[in-house]
Amino acid sequence: MSSNNRRLSYSLAINEALTQMMAADESVFLIGQGVKSPWYVGNTAQGLLEAFGEKRIIDTPVSENAITGAAVGAALADMRPVVVHPRMDFMFYALDPIINQAANWYYMNGGKASVPVVIWGIINRGGEQAAQHSQALHAIFAHIPGLKVVMPATAYDAKGLMIAAIRDPNPVVFVDDRWLYPLEDAVPEEIFEVPIGKGSIRKTGSDLTLVASSFMLQEALKAARELEEEGIDVELIDLRTVKPVDQELILESVQKTGRLAIADGAWKTCGLAAEIAALVCENIFQYLKAPIKRITLPDCPAPASATLEKAYYPTASTIAHTARKLVKDRLPEEIYISIPRESKTSLSF
Amino acid sequence: MDYSRELMEHLYRTMVRIRLVEESLVEPILNKEVRCPCHLYSGQEAIAAGICACLNKDDYIFGNHRSHGHYLAKGGDMFEMVAEIYGLEAGCSRGRGGSMHLIAPEVGMMGAAPIVAGTISLAMGAALASSIRRDGRVAVTFFGDGATGEGVLYECLNFAALKKLPLVFVCENNFYATHMPINECRVENNIYTVGEPFCISCKGVDGNDVLQVYEAGRKAVEQCRQGLGPALIECLTYRFRGHVGPDDNIQGEHTDIRPPQEMEAWLQKDPITRFEQYLLTHGLMDRNKLKHIRRQAKAEIEKAHHFARESALPEGKDLARYVFK
Repeated sequence: MSSNNRRLSYSLAINEALTQMMAADESVFLIGQGVKSPWYVGNTAQGLLEAFGEKRIIDTPVSENAITGAAVGAALADMRPVVVHPRMDFMFYALDPIINQAANWYYMNGGKASVPVVIWGIINRGGEQAAQHSQALHAIFAHIPGLKVVMPATAYDAKGLMIAAIRDPNPVVFVDDRWLYPLEDAVPEEIFEVPIGKGSIRKTGSDLTLVASSFMLQEALKAARELEEEGIDVELIDLRTVKPVDQELILESVQKTGRLAIADGAWKTCGLAAEIAALVCENIFQYLKAPIKRITLPDCPAPASATLEKAYYPTASTIAHTARKLVKDRLPEEIYISIPRESKTSLSF
Repeated sequence: MDYSRELMEHLYRTMVRIRLVEESLVEPILNKEVRCPCHLYSGQEAIAAGICACLNKDDYIFGNHRSHGHYLAKGGDMFEMVAEIYGLEAGCSRGRGGSMHLIAPEVGMMGAAPIVAGTISLAMGAALASSIRRDGRVAVTFFGDGATGEGVLYECLNFAALKKLPLVFVCENNFYATHMPINECRVENNIYTVGEPFCISCKGVDGNDVLQVYEAGRKAVEQCRQGLGPALIECLTYRFRGHVGPDDNIQGEHTDIRPPQEMEAWLQKDPITRFEQYLLTHGLMDRNKLKHIRRQAKAEIEKAHHFARESALPEGKDLARYVFK
């Protein structure tokens, strides 16, 4: 019955995960600002209101703190809520229920009550939206004990990780990126899980290890193909989960290649890329043949103007450039704004 | 109103158990056997007792930093609470939470947390869960006057009213947010009106009169069960001890900044003494019965401390247990 070759877009894969989980489990519900509006959540919530009604598809006033807290409280009361933040930036209003309450609850109550909530935040990079409409905040949540953080890069993983996140007894921050929504790949029709905490090798290689997640994985894939034509053999790891990160997969790969570059769609300082670099340095420093390189956003707020955005966001060519340098060490010192890159038509929501 | 003797006895016993356990903690706090911050509930017992007496076992309550009373009134185990305050593995939170994180999900005490107003939205979530399942359960959020300075309260008042959630907002106004007297926090001392702009039925009561609290709670809970939406009750009260520990602000230090005449006047309005007077004058209980209940509570509390002193501390090797389930 199931067709494992059926192709589906990333956003519809999320939609399918929500639809199937809500049908399978009456305790699952979706709450958040804009769940009735494609302007907010694209087509990820299409058909849900019709199928499950207003009791379980709850569009809300602009009250991120209270609504996220309500999701956490409902989880304590035996529900399995998914609370969506159509722009991650607004999640700062909800840091108390996410961090102080949800992340700590199981621990500070000695394991008496866990919080099976999915906190779904959408990154809206680009589109001249400036500093408060485009931030990628996964590192902030990954810093917090008690939170799991997943960042699917493919439609398959978007469905499988959403299902795993809903079923997980702990709070899971599910981070996606609007630029991924139209991307299609093969997605099984049935309910399936992508295990939280497991990365995936997207391409095996021997010259260097490239680690990426979410939208940067797609850029890294392009870079890896480009490099292959030049005879540089990249091993590409898709983290899929950024907390807890798949340490074994990364360490094994770097032991093999001796070189590491990390592409992350957020800032450099104290970020995900720094964490991966530290993991490798602490454990297998002796295997490194070259310094570790990070491809991240510069430590600068997101700009509005397109020319500045072009300088701000790393792309496949930034990644390829860094990789070449790491392997051959024959190009001049990297400067972001000097690198030519393809223009990207951003999706505006 | 005509109340049953069982109810009267339950209310009295609950208040006495809370008071005596709180006062039994003073010595262990001062001699540092108890080291975690303890926000004692002495003086406010009528509120936890009166409200929780209106609830079923499977109704939900969420507490705050000062929740020994809420935990006990909802039916939490005394031994486990005292053990938690001593930081023991046998505690209700296995020594990971301390006084500010008491929990007893088996009786609907869903937890407590000291982030001011931080659990109001959680209680709203429990009410939302009940509303989705249509299972008739009610949720209660206990918070102090200090929490009325936090924006999330107003977000919750709006959303709970909008969705007609079975949620009772119980504000225990003890006139001080830590060291700050209420007239330095609010233009007017009229917290009971904060629900009015959201069309929430609001009631202000004498929080040191357990029957007034019970009556307001009963109506609020009934309204919630009928699906008529949330209610707000402001209970005026006074804490007999410091914000934290026996005296104000710093455990074991005599730093209470409240005027002595004010404190003396409130001691005259002790909710337990007042209820005793009521029970005696109405012939609902005699002095022997009151004494008997006190003696029983005292014995239970002594046993709880004994149990704690005999119990094991958590082991360092178990530090990171309970980070994830």
